[in-house]
Amino acid sequence: MNEILTTIISKYNYWGFILLMMIGLYAMMVKKNLVKKIIGMNIFQTGIILFYVSIGVKKGATIPIISHGHGKEKHVIHAAEYINPLPHVLMLTAIVVSVATLGVALALAIKVYREYDTLEEDEINKKIRDQAK
Amino acid sequence: MSEHFPALVIIVPLISAFLISATGWLNKRLCFPIAVFSLTVSLFASIGVLMMVLENGTVQYRLGGWAPPWGIEYRIDHLNSLVLVVISAVAVLNIVTTHKPVQQDFSGKEGPFYALYVLFVTGLSGIVVTGDAFNLYVLLEIASLTGYALIGLGKDRAALSSLNYLIMGTIGASFYLLGIGYIYLVTGSLNIADIANLLPDIYDSGVVLFAFIFCMIGLFIKMAFFPLHAWLPNAYSYAQSSAVSLIAPLTTKVMIYVMIRVTLYLFTPQFSFVFLNISKPMVWLSVLAIVMGSLFALSQKSLKKMLTYIIVAEVGYMVGGLWLGNRQGITGSILHIVNDAAMTLCLFLAAGNILYMLKSDSFEDMKGLFVKMPFTMAAFTAGALSIIGVPPFCGFFSKWYLISGGIAAGEFGFVGALIFSSLVNVVLFFRVIEIGYYEPFTNHPNAHQKDEETLFNEAPRDMLVPLLMAAILLLALGIFTGHIVTAIIQFAIPTGII
Repeated sequence: MNEILTTIISKYNYWGFILLMMIGLYAMMVKKNLVKKIIGMNIFQTGIILFYVSIGVKKGATIPIISHGHGKEKHVIHAAEYINPLPHVLMLTAIVVSVATLGVALALAIKVYREYDTLEEDEINKKIRDQAK
Repeated sequence: MSEHFPALVIIVPLISAFLISATGWLNKRLCFPIAVFSLTVSLFASIGVLMMVLENGTVQYRLGGWAPPWGIEYRIDHLNSLVLVVISAVAVLNIVTTHKPVQQDFSGKEGPFYALYVLFVTGLSGIVVTGDAFNLYVLLEIASLTGYALIGLGKDRAALSSLNYLIMGTIGASFYLLGIGYIYLVTGSLNIADIANLLPDIYDSGVVLFAFIFCMIGLFIKMAFFPLHAWLPNAYSYAQSSAVSLIAPLTTKVMIYVMIRVTLYLFTPQFSFVFLNISKPMVWLSVLAIVMGSLFALSQKSLKKMLTYIIVAEVGYMVGGLWLGNRQGITGSILHIVNDAAMTLCLFLAAGNILYMLKSDSFEDMKGLFVKMPFTMAAFTAGALSIIGVPPFCGFFSKWYLISGGIAAGEFGFVGALIFSSLVNVVLFFRVIEIGYYEPFTNHPNAHQKDEETLFNEAPRDMLVPLLMAAILLLALGIFTGHIVTAIIQFAIPTGII
C-alpha cells in the first residue's frame, strides 16, 4: 500500500495531466452547451501541454542559460545541471495551436448561434428535426 | 535552384496565402490568379522533387542548415514524393473549377476563401514532406484548422457540423501529440528516421506501446476510420462544393499516408507487424469499416451524402491493405491513396457541377441528367466505374493488389469485404445512372434555367474542363499502373517486407 502511494505521489505531475485530460474529455462528451464543450476541449489540450512541460524538469537543475558568458574562461557544461528546454519550446507552438483552435471554435459557435439562436445542443437538434418535417 | 524545391513546395503557397488575404482588401479579382499561380509553382516544384527522388533516391533538405536530429529536416523518399504530386495536382485541378462557384457563393469573401484554400494545401504538403514528428503535428493542425474554416463557410448546418468536426479533430490531433510526447520521453528525439534507429532496444517498454496506441487512435479519428467516422459525413455534405472537392479527396488520404509513415518508418515494421502482432484485429476492423461504410452509403438519398459514406468505406480499404503486412497489400494501399484521390476528386467535381446547375443533389432531381449535362454525367460515370473497379480504370488495379494481398495473407474476410463493397458500389452508382439516363427530365423549380425550352444545360467551361481532365486521369492512372508500381511504389516499401 505504502509503495503504491509513493509511486502515485512521486509522479504527481502525470496524475495532474491525466486529471485535466479527463475533465476535458468529460466536458466534451457530457455537456450539452457548445461553449462548455469548446472550453472542455481547451482544458484537454492544456493537460497535454502540462505533460510536456513537466517532462523537461530536472531536480536541482537551473534554467538552460550557460553561465560563463562571452569572453570568459570556458568550462565543462553538465547537461544534468540544466533543465531540458526543448519540450517547453515545443509547447510554445502547441499553445499557439490551441489558441488558434479555440478562436476558430468560438467563431463557429457564433455562426451556429446566429443560425439557431441557441447554443444548447438538444435545442439545436430539435430545431433541425423540426426543419426536416 | 532545384536543390531548394522541397522548401519551395511549402514556402510559395505559404507566402502567397498571406498575399492573397492582403490583396483581398484591395482588389478581389487578383486573389484567384495569385492562388492559381502559387499552386502551379508548387505543382512544378513537387514534380521536380519527384524527378530528383527517382534519379538519386531520398532527398534530405535541412531547414536553416541545422543537421538532423537537432534541426528539422524535410525528408522526401519515394512514398512522400508521390503523395506530394497527388496533393498539388488535385489542388491545381480543383482551384480552376472554384472560380465561378466562389463568386456566386462567397461573393465579397474571395480573399479569405483563397487564402484558406492555399494555406490548407500548404499544411497538407507540409505534413507530407516533413521528417520531424512534432513538425508534422503543427502542420496537421494548420491543415485541420483551415479545413474547419473552409467547411464552416458553408450554409445551414455547415457551421454546426464543422464545430463537431473541430472537436473530434482536436481530440485526434491531441492524442497524436500525446503519443509523440511518450516517444520523446523514452528516445529524446523527434526526428522520424532517428527515432526508428533508437526504438529497437526498447520495443518491450510499455511507454512505446502506449505511444503507438495514442498515435493510432489520433490518426484513426483524423482519417475517419469506421467507429470514429461520425464527423465526416455531415461536415463534407453541408460544406460548399468548391471547398469539399478539395478537402474530401485529400484529407483522409494524407492521414492514411501519415499512418503508413508512422507504422512503417517511425515504429518500423518489425515493431508494428511482428512484435505487436495486431494485424488480424486491425484487418477485421477495416473489414467492419468497409462493410458499414457501404451499407450506410446504400441508405442515403442525396448524392453528396452517398459519396461521403463511400469515403468511409475506402478508408477501410487502405487501412486494411497496410495491416495485411505484405508487399502486395501495402502496394495496394499506397496505390489506392493516388487512385482514390483522383476518383474522389472526379466524383465530387461532378457532384459540384450538378449542384451548381441544379441547386440540388437529391436523387429525385437528377432525372434526365444525361440529356441535360452529358459531359458531366460521362465523367461521373467514369468515376463511378473506377470506384466499382472496372478495368481499365485505375480503381480496378489498386483493388486487385489489395485482393491479392488479402489472399496471400490468408485474410479471406478482407477479400470478401472488398468484393461486397464493389457489389454495393455497383448498386449505388447504377441507381444514380439509371435515374439520370432513363427517367424523363423534369424541371427543378429553382434551377439555373435561362430558357425553359433548352434541355441541354451544361456546366460552364472552366468547371467542365478540369472534371474531364480528372476523368481522363482515371484512365491514364489505370493504364500506367505498372509503371507507377515498378518505378515508385516498390521503393516506397521498406525492404524487409516480403
